[in-house]
Amino acid sequence: MELKEKLISSFVAFEEGLKGEHERLHDIRLEALKLFEEKGFPTKKEEAWKYTSLNSILKNDFSIIPKNETVVEYKEVKKYLLSDSDTYKLVFINGIFSSHLSSTTHDGLDVCLMSSALTKPKYKMIIDAHYNTCVDKNDSMTALNTAYATEGAFINIPKSKVVSKPIEIIYLSTTENQALLVQPRNLIIVGENAHVQILERHQSITECSVFTNSTTEIVAHKRAIVDFYKLQNDLDTGTLIDNTFIKQKQESRVSVHTFSFGGKLTRNNLNFYQEGERIDSTLKGITLIDGKQHVDHYTLVSHNQPNCESHQNYKGIYDDNSIGVFNGKIYVDKIAQKTDGFQQSNNVLLSDKAHIYAKPQLEIFADDVKCSHGCTIGQLNDEAMFYMRQRGIPKKEAKALLMYAFTDEVMQSVKIPELKTKVARVIAKKLGVSMGFEI
Amino acid sequence: MLKINNIHASVEDKEILKGINLEVKAGEVHAIMGPNGAGKSTLSSVITGNEAFEVTQGEIMLDGEDLSELSPEERAHKGVFLSFQYPVEIPGVSVTNFMKTAINESRKAQGLEEMPASEMLKKIKEKAELLDIDRKFLSRSLNEGFSGGEKKRNEIFQMAMLEPKLAILDETDSGLDIDALRIVANGVNKLKSKDNAVVLITHYQRLLEYIVPDFVHVLYDGKIVKTGGKELALELEEKGYDWIKNSVK
Ligand SMILES: Nc1ncnc2c1ncn2[C@@H]1O[C@H](COP(=O)(O)OP(=O)(O)OP(=O)(O)O)[C@@H](O)[C@H]1O
Ligand SMILES: [Mg+2]
Repeated sequence: MELKEKLISSFVAFEEGLKGEHERLHDIRLEALKLFEEKGFPTKKEEAWKYTSLNSILKNDFSIIPKNETVVEYKEVKKYLLSDSDTYKLVFINGIFSSHLSSTTHDGLDVCLMSSALTKPKYKMIIDAHYNTCVDKNDSMTALNTAYATEGAFINIPKSKVVSKPIEIIYLSTTENQALLVQPRNLIIVGENAHVQILERHQSITECSVFTNSTTEIVAHKRAIVDFYKLQNDLDTGTLIDNTFIKQKQESRVSVHTFSFGGKLTRNNLNFYQEGERIDSTLKGITLIDGKQHVDHYTLVSHNQPNCESHQNYKGIYDDNSIGVFNGKIYVDKIAQKTDGFQQSNNVLLSDKAHIYAKPQLEIFADDVKCSHGCTIGQLNDEAMFYMRQRGIPKKEAKALLMYAFTDEVMQSVKIPELKTKVARVIAKKLGVSMGFEI
Repeated sequence: MLKINNIHASVEDKEILKGINLEVKAGEVHAIMGPNGAGKSTLSSVITGNEAFEVTQGEIMLDGEDLSELSPEERAHKGVFLSFQYPVEIPGVSVTNFMKTAINESRKAQGLEEMPASEMLKKIKEKAELLDIDRKFLSRSLNEGFSGGEKKRNEIFQMAMLEPKLAILDETDSGLDIDALRIVANGVNKLKSKDNAVVLITHYQRLLEYIVPDFVHVLYDGKIVKTGGKELALELEEKGYDWIKNSVK
């Protein structure tokens, strides 16, 4: 049976297995399933998916509903975590929460499970107010997630709370012989004037096909500050479709850094909706891939109110046969005067066989705005290489130094030092060097 | 130290160096002069192993070892340094980080440990003072937005940091004002010893007043057509190159 049919026909049984959810959820799930049934999986025929095909992935026979908890030792997952103790952690294995690897809290803020938020009466109001309100209801992958998602991170930061340590959301998979479809769902609500840093990661521990269709909703209230980091360095058996929707209120500042270093196929749909004045949205990314890896960034910043800013800065380095896609859309509503929208995508192709497809999309309906976009595609600079090698820096290291320099602008704005070090190490490893660059 | 035998080199099938012979001994200073396009920078590129140029004939020996199979970095590790005529801008890499990396990569190649941070800092401070370079300057991106003179001075700072055996200075004097020229020349002289050698490529006699050459060579159309003492530079300054060109024809 094809995956689409399997998902549609299994839905009733799936819902019967759910216990005690808030009533509204049934309607939400059903409506979403209907949309998915109508639209199905995206294909290259759609403009938005022109360069990215899911065909080869959909052929797998996926297990679509999470089984029981798998136990994994801490020492096996340690290397995927930022720190032993200095973070809140939500760790999921094969889609199921792992309490012994996690560190949750209800003390002054909620860092807990989506499954409890969807069932416990005390969260009913907040779920009713926010769940599934940021998403694009016409997106079929998001709809599929909405229909089936039961687990993920639920984070609720009250007014004026400055969260003292970063929150890590880690999805691991350990499947051996069974291809797995996992559909995490995160809801993050950051109250007025609150401040939080979050790191999200999807990682296979074993080499077996895993298809992750993740949806994250973030609501940033007035003057909230949210720094969100996505670290994507999966094995070549992992496919990730990430749909992230961010609703920003007046004067809030939200940044998302996406580090795409691995995985078979990664699609990042990153959507910002500005719903107040003097909002600042930042989207930055470093993509460093090789082999046959494929990373597709599809961003949207929707400027709906006056006097807001957005900054997009994506750096891509593509080796071997890898493929990169950058599609950045800036929408400016007719009332969104004085919008300052900036978008930049810089790419380096290290091989003749690597490809990058880059396309800015500006839809501007206001007349007093400042919007700019730029895209560069280059090769390694031979003159710079020779200059560095003349000073005794070997070819590989010289190349790495140039690539570090190339990504520096994005690295500079990472605010968690441990993460910065970790990302720098991954970059060094990917470039085949081990050196102490200070970045 | 350096012995160049009958070097021919071309770029995109166009022969630029047409049989160059040159011997530089330890402790010596050689000046190479010659009209634009003669092949002076090409010679420096070929000595340092720039892969953009193809050596079709001849050999380059450093202390008895043939360099032809060595990469640019291996030549650098053996003590060959080039002050570039046009230093390359490298955004995002600070002067300090670049030097740290260069020094430690050279040490690594020689089987040495990394230089301790305190020693590195001390050295940077000392050499920056020697060349009268502001410390703030060192945290800027390498050559990015540097003025012509600043770039040249920074090249010599790097030379001072790396302490090469053979330094080739390709028009390091162009772009320097009088004061900077004196500082840079003074720096080069301080680094000079009986164990190392300097090859100066220049168009102007004024540099040679500060760094006095033992030999002056005239490179024209890919060949060294005349060699003399420091007085040859004066003669060239007075008479230009025409008399040499005519005597070659
Ligand atoms: N990469 C290249 N591609 C094609 N031609 C080149 C290249 N590099 C050098 N040439 C040519 O080789 C010749 C010698 O150039 P070179 O730079 O060595 O001259 P030079 O003596 O250093 O001159 P100048 O005094 O102007 O610095 C010139 O005709 C130049 O155009
Ligand atoms: Mg030249």
